[in-house]
Amino acid sequence: MITIVDYGLGNLGSVLNMMKKIGAQAQITSDLDTLSRAKKILLPGVGAFDAAMEELSGSELRKILDQKATVEKVPVLGICLGMQLLTRGSEEGQLQGLNWIPAFTYKFPASHLKVPHMGWNYVKLSTPSPLTENFDKEFRFYFVHSYYVKADSEQNSILCTNYGVTFDSGIQRDNIFGAQFHPEKSHRFGMQLFKNFAKL
Amino acid sequence: MLRTRIIPILQLIDESLVKTVKFDKYGYIGDPVNTVRIFNELEVDELAFVDIRASKENRGPNFEVLHHIADECFMPLSYGGGINTLDVAKKIFSLGFEKLILNTASFLKPELITEIAKIYGSQAVVVAVDVKKNLLGKYEVYSLSGTQNQKKKPVEWVKHVEALGAGEILLTSIDREGTWKGLDIDLIKQVSESSNLPVIAHGGGGTLEDIEDAVKKGKASAVALGSMLVYQGKDLGVLVNFPDKIKLEQILSF
Repeated sequence: MITIVDYGLGNLGSVLNMMKKIGAQAQITSDLDTLSRAKKILLPGVGAFDAAMEELSGSELRKILDQKATVEKVPVLGICLGMQLLTRGSEEGQLQGLNWIPAFTYKFPASHLKVPHMGWNYVKLSTPSPLTENFDKEFRFYFVHSYYVKADSEQNSILCTNYGVTFDSGIQRDNIFGAQFHPEKSHRFGMQLFKNFAKL
Repeated sequence: MLRTRIIPILQLIDESLVKTVKFDKYGYIGDPVNTVRIFNELEVDELAFVDIRASKENRGPNFEVLHHIADECFMPLSYGGGINTLDVAKKIFSLGFEKLILNTASFLKPELITEIAKIYGSQAVVVAVDVKKNLLGKYEVYSLSGTQNQKKKPVEWVKHVEALGAGEILLTSIDREGTWKGLDIDLIKQVSESSNLPVIAHGGGGTLEDIEDAVKKGKASAVALGSMLVYQGKDLGVLVNFPDKIKLEQILSF
């Protein structure tokens, strides 16, 4: 069972739909008891970094998430803003991130390229990971974001993508994973990623 | 780098899928949910739905149809038609759409652009700029299914809605829509070159060359296609289709 955390941000219906489609059991919850029993956690998110961190930190929620991710070490997948929250912090906000993966979130530099980085882009495999099993070089995903993540060390980068800069579109540290794109909006490519996460 | 998006744009009247010519007479295409399934199989980049009569008939979106559509779709989805309050907008987002398209409301209730952008981000707000040439050959922006001349110049109007918080422009040539005569490259170029926003070019696309021109000459960020993707050819029967991916990649590579 994959538990999708509902903290008020993100397009949860689409995520649940795709989980159903691939035959993975999933539930959406904002209930702390349910979350504290979770075997696998998906952390979605759209919007602003600080707004999301405030939602996560302002309650018992943060304590449970820390316990699950860093003590019990259940698999956690952050998508889109949910991935950026896994880092130390972001140039978008003042608040600290969850700091579960040694990485930071930067603003795209000013250039001729339009921001947000919005549309389909390709991913390149970096450090091998169970999350990226059966990916090939044609794998593409739907992105919408104005800030990007760069891991401090290459070993925590599992996917990278180029948009003016080369950034980490997938990161991992032990049981904790992040994906910058929207798997739930990325056809069979997203389904493969969700299948890999469901198998963990 | 980013792929140039080719977006099927599908017209609804309530629960039926239709296709107009110059925003006027229309033919029935079929059931929207079946059509979505086909585009899913074809792995298209993105889908846009517009209820072309919702504002004109003064009714809201058909949430039930939108719900069925969103349940079938594993790609980015946008919807326009009859969105006139923040509550309606929220409801559509909650169904699984990530972009809303505003046209009539951008004139009647421009603050809605700002309100939606504040909550969901600018990238979630697409303003549909529907353009017709007047007798003197000047471009003018229309609302209410192309029936109300707003007497605005497209370039200036786009700057205005960008300042309000719009994140993308769906630029339609009413004169070309449904005609298969090719997109209006002058119009696309004018708007794309004067705006920082991504411009989705729409209206008239009938061949791969038309798409190439819109992107390379017109500098469009994306191309929306209607007739070409729901008919076998001009004046032929209904056939939901999508251009060959490899050929598309070839014409779109710079």
